[in-house]
Amino acid sequence: MRMVIVAGTPGSGKTAVLVHVLKSLMRDDFTASVVKIDCLYTDDDRKFKKIGVPTLVGLSMDMCPDHYAIYNIEDMIKWAQENNSDFLIVETAGLCHRCAPYTKNCLGVCVIDATSGPNTPLKVGPFLSTADIVVVTKGDMISQAEREIFRERILEVNPNAKIIEANGLSGQGCLELAEEMVKSPEVSLESEKLRHSAPLAVCTLCVGETRVNKKHHRGILRRIDGFQTYQGE
Amino acid sequence: MIKKVTILGGYDKFGKKEPVRRVDINRGEIFGVVGPTGSGKSSLIADIEQLAQRDTFSRRKILVNDKEPTYEDRTNPRKKMVAQLSQNMNFLADMTVGEFLTLHAKCRGAHKSCVNKVIELANTLTGEPIKKSHDLTILSGGQSRALMVADVAIISDSPIVLIDEIENAGIRKHEALEVLSGHGKIVMVVTHDPILALMTDKRIVMKNGGMQKIVTTTPHEKELSKELSKIDDLLLNLRDKVRHGEIIENIQLKGLTS
Repeated sequence: MRMVIVAGTPGSGKTAVLVHVLKSLMRDDFTASVVKIDCLYTDDDRKFKKIGVPTLVGLSMDMCPDHYAIYNIEDMIKWAQENNSDFLIVETAGLCHRCAPYTKNCLGVCVIDATSGPNTPLKVGPFLSTADIVVVTKGDMISQAEREIFRERILEVNPNAKIIEANGLSGQGCLELAEEMVKSPEVSLESEKLRHSAPLAVCTLCVGETRVNKKHHRGILRRIDGFQTYQGE
Repeated sequence: MIKKVTILGGYDKFGKKEPVRRVDINRGEIFGVVGPTGSGKSSLIADIEQLAQRDTFSRRKILVNDKEPTYEDRTNPRKKMVAQLSQNMNFLADMTVGEFLTLHAKCRGAHKSCVNKVIELANTLTGEPIKKSHDLTILSGGQSRALMVADVAIISDSPIVLIDEIENAGIRKHEALEVLSGHGKIVMVVTHDPILALMTDKRIVMKNGGMQKIVTTTPHEKELSKELSKIDDLLLNLRDKVRHGEIIENIQLKGLTS
């Protein structure tokens, strides 16, 4: 079984692109199971179920959705294996884009919206820089010149990425993504590792502290002047 | 050197084979793409822009000089064979005209000195002049379009030029088409404008997402296009006058209306 982890900014068209990809995989007699990870709410599962794909929803609630996805990967793989699927596709709503949910053998797909401005690729970090494939959506909304600048910026951050320009409405580019998925390696839980460490945050805020005064905070704290300290027992 | 582009037919919106199975477009030819809205004109242009290899929903295949383009040909902007002027010309980039053109010239491997040339050329196509220090986002529709026409002509100087509905932009379209068609390029123009359509050598007629037939522009049609251009010029001149606050009286409509 192959595992594809799809991350991307909210509203970039992850689900729309995936629906087209799944349709073309099904035309070639492949089967897939989809897990949709979101924070508070999603109805995207209906879109996947409508085209006959087994779908599981995970709401991370007040936990970072990427952390939540990682803790649950073993169960997701088991579930997709029980479904006898050729692919497990995990769609996750990355929140801060500081982490990258991709594992070593999965196909890491980052979906990014071309209308978000040419500096966005420089801002979003590992979820773009460690992806195997960067899918650029909404390119039809901007000029070719802007699209080319956007592409150059992606390559500055991730020179090895394969860039696919896709359109979630028409399905343009989705066939190419499906073909890449078919070429991707098999998942192996024993050797799966994250490509990038998750962000550092073990502090009082993590356990529900809401007061902002400095004196209430313990853990690994970094000050705005760059000084980092551990405060606690 | 690109001498020829070939479109091999795919399927229409309903999954039926499109009637036209092969279109050859030679260097120096201007092709029109016509058809009602929603008939698939923009998708046809998109297929050519991506040099589709049966990997888009139309399943068309594009050949260049009778050969399949390489992956590098399809994706690297420095090697890009296609310059496209799309319908959407929204600038979202938060930078000045000068910065934007400099960046784009870098992407395309063109020299920085292009930037001033692009602005000069753009200013021959639009009324209000564009300045290098202008923020991109304040440009009007016509200014953006003129800037992109000039960018395509100078920075993205590719052998294949695709133009999507240039008439909507409020720029001098005949001049724009002249600037874009350059020397020995392959030009495709999506248009609803009869004058532009009749200026082309051939036109592909679209319906339901498929290429229905190819019409060769007759010599008579080309003559007609010139006549129709007079009406267009008249309207453009009138527009300028209205813009400059003049009173419009005494125009010659003889022969135009009956």
